[in-house]
Amino acid sequence: MVDPMSVKPNRWRRFSQWDERPLRLDSFAVDDPENGFSAMKGAADPQPSVEVIDGKIAVMDGIAEADFDMIDTFVARHHLDVESTVQTMTMPSQQVARMLVDMNVSRNDLVKLAHGMTPAKLADVVAHLTAMEISFAYSKMRPRKTPGNQGHVTNAKDDPLQLAADAATAVAFGFDEIETTMRVSRNAWSNALACCVGAAVGRWGTLFQCSSEEAEELQIGMAGFSSYAETVSVYGTEKAFIDGDDTPWSKAFLTSAYASRGIKMRCTSGAGAELLMGFHEKKSLLYLEARCLCMQRAMGSQGTQNGGIDGAPLASSIAGGVRELMAENLIAVWLDLECASGNDARSSESEIRIGAKILPFLMSGSDFICSGFGTILKYDNSFNASLFNGEEMEDFLVLQRDFEADGGLTPISETQILDVRIRAVEALSAVFEELKLGAPTTAMKNSVVAASGSDETESYMPRDVSLISEKIKGRGITVLDVIKALAKRDFKQEAEHLLSLVKLRVSGDYLQTSAIVRNDQVISAINDPNDYNGPGSGYQLSEQRRNEIINIRDQLSRDAVLHKEETFRVKEAANIAYTKIGQAMAGKKTDEVVIGLSPAFGLKLFRTLADHSLADVLRELISGIESKGLKARIVRFHHTADTSFLGLSAASLSGSGIGIGVQAKGTAVIHHIERLPHNNLELFSNAPITNLAHYRKLGENAADYALGQMPVPVVVPTRGEALGARFHARVALIYAIETSLTSQDSPPDEVTISFRGGNK
Amino acid sequence: MTFNKLTGKDYPLAENRTDLVQGHRGKTLNELDLASLETGDVNMQDLRITGKALKMQGDIARSANRQKLADNFERASELVDIPQGYLMEIYELLRPGRASDQSELQAVAAKLRSTYQANRMAEFIEEAAEVYEQRGLFTSRF
Repeated sequence: MVDPMSVKPNRWRRFSQWDERPLRLDSFAVDDPENGFSAMKGAADPQPSVEVIDGKIAVMDGIAEADFDMIDTFVARHHLDVESTVQTMTMPSQQVARMLVDMNVSRNDLVKLAHGMTPAKLADVVAHLTAMEISFAYSKMRPRKTPGNQGHVTNAKDDPLQLAADAATAVAFGFDEIETTMRVSRNAWSNALACCVGAAVGRWGTLFQCSSEEAEELQIGMAGFSSYAETVSVYGTEKAFIDGDDTPWSKAFLTSAYASRGIKMRCTSGAGAELLMGFHEKKSLLYLEARCLCMQRAMGSQGTQNGGIDGAPLASSIAGGVRELMAENLIAVWLDLECASGNDARSSESEIRIGAKILPFLMSGSDFICSGFGTILKYDNSFNASLFNGEEMEDFLVLQRDFEADGGLTPISETQILDVRIRAVEALSAVFEELKLGAPTTAMKNSVVAASGSDETESYMPRDVSLISEKIKGRGITVLDVIKALAKRDFKQEAEHLLSLVKLRVSGDYLQTSAIVRNDQVISAINDPNDYNGPGSGYQLSEQRRNEIINIRDQLSRDAVLHKEETFRVKEAANIAYTKIGQAMAGKKTDEVVIGLSPAFGLKLFRTLADHSLADVLRELISGIESKGLKARIVRFHHTADTSFLGLSAASLSGSGIGIGVQAKGTAVIHHIERLPHNNLELFSNAPITNLAHYRKLGENAADYALGQMPVPVVVPTRGEALGARFHARVALIYAIETSLTSQDSPPDEVTISFRGGNK
Repeated sequence: MTFNKLTGKDYPLAENRTDLVQGHRGKTLNELDLASLETGDVNMQDLRITGKALKMQGDIARSANRQKLADNFERASELVDIPQGYLMEIYELLRPGRASDQSELQAVAAKLRSTYQANRMAEFIEEAAEVYEQRGLFTSRF
């Protein structure tokens, strides 16, 4: 038999632990430019170049006009500014990169330069920037000053009641745009009607999109249910574009078609699409994306949904891929396109990677920080889970608060949310009844109002929805029918809201770059242009907006802490009485251990951070001391609230030279008269996890020290909890109450205590 | 009557130039209220954008150095009166492999010119026809 101890370890077990982390579910690909796996340095990326002959682009990025593919032709003819391009292209890329991060170079001047740059040049310039520089340049170049956000509203059953409730909820959180799609494609009309009713609750102005098949989406828009579209996808290689079943001209036609119906639209593109579709031409993610973005500007789209999108997880598997996603967003805004900056498909299982990915955008701001924040739970997201989802909504809200950064969302109270959910469900039910589309029962409505997700609802199922959807489509129901139904059933406000939204298309104001609706007004890059030119300029968080952002739920205050302590006062009075019997003096008896109490101990504060009654704590300390045959003497100090000084002061009054210091929050120390203040015998600093058994052992050990023995120190085991995050705010408030009671000149009190039946 | 081209100062038109904004049947924004909707005086026609509004938005975009967006608004202004069905027919024909040769697209361009005075869009489609020919995009794929 082999002695197990003689077998050499073949693995450091930390790797096994790392194997179990969510991060290891992510995949990572090696750089392989020949096979398209390169963020910014493709094997076949061209050198930037341009030649103009007779007022025409004769050569672009090393390709002669005769060899242009359809994308080259479209970009050369409709994007490149023939007048300026030759001169612009001579500017060294690093010089232009420096201009992008120079607050003294105006956004307008940089936009003009971009008009004369080829895709390879744009890619080459932004590749000179570090991730931080890209983020800074993005904050300077994004078109609209005020940042915004967009969310998904879908559910696994296509349940219209839940869509209405969730749309109203998303609107209440402040989303400027919401987007739905279906599990079953023929449910599009029902989804559209339900979301547009829900989005009319509370305020008006949240634009709405129903992502479906191109022709149907336009029809739904024509019926007035949706107000924007963003599924006009473009691709960076000719073959991928053709497999996408379109050309730059067909997409440009669609772009004009949407405008002709007064419907806002943006294109979509993102790194990794060509790689996923098998036609990357050995080119980098960034270069292909630069081609896409030049095309989108050339088509006359006001904006783009850009930054990986469905390809984000693939881009994130490549070295530098996340930086690349930021870089392509920068090219988008540099080209003066509205940017819904990705942060859409969930690109990692690691919450650390998720938080890291969102942060640059939260700090720089964006027209839409996410091009699809999952406002619903992950399993209800019919687009697939988003970077942030219903589960993580409050994390996002707290990030806004941490960095005082406007991510476009606003914390709302539980009662407010419940109100809008009820209102939305009632409004949609009224519309269904008026239009004879259905009659939801009270049970259905109630289940939806309370439900966090569709697993919890007893409501419409996909087949019911298909029948409703076909009725809406078949009977030619329009948004006007819905508005009338709302008005008839006393949902006047919602009717007005929906009418206001549809009226947007008459003037077309919201077709301009980066348009959203805030406070009943269209704001866009025209009337709210990003004018950043250094600190104090550009978007500034107003005091009012700051107050909205920081107002998350369950914040602690001094009053709240004191109020809570008052509730303990009565209970504690039944357990223990403290009697002051005069000034405490130095003891002579070597069989005593002095327990030094802090100023507020049992007078203003009554519970430790672990929620133990202070009477119980004292009982255990005393019983531990007495179990060793020694006596406990109680002294209250007024000159300090600090644990170390409480302990040392107790020791200096103790005949044995051993003292215990204990604060109201439960922090305790064993001290010896001859030691320096912060060099104690034993410290119990983790009060939140210190239990009564620990306090008893503390008493025993103090007695052992007094007897001249060397006990085994008490170890309060921690499993690495973020105790600071859980308790420090309360600790600081409680400790301030203690320190406010200190009085430098007050001598210590000798105290006797009597336990009154009570807890044990 | 001639008027100066609009600029960013006129924007948003719904607030600053209500005198210039009307629906397809001439109703002003103020007339598009809930009361008239309930009495049936308002229909979807009144809530559609007009070619004129798109041209005005084009002027505003151009004044903000957004020539390509302005071009799009101007092309769009030509499509306002084209029925939905025909619009989708043109889109379908522009997709790869739908038309079998240049002439089909040229016919569309001709109709856009003659029937809808959509000269810009017609030119755009003729350009597509030329490029599709060069790049072999008239081959049916299914």
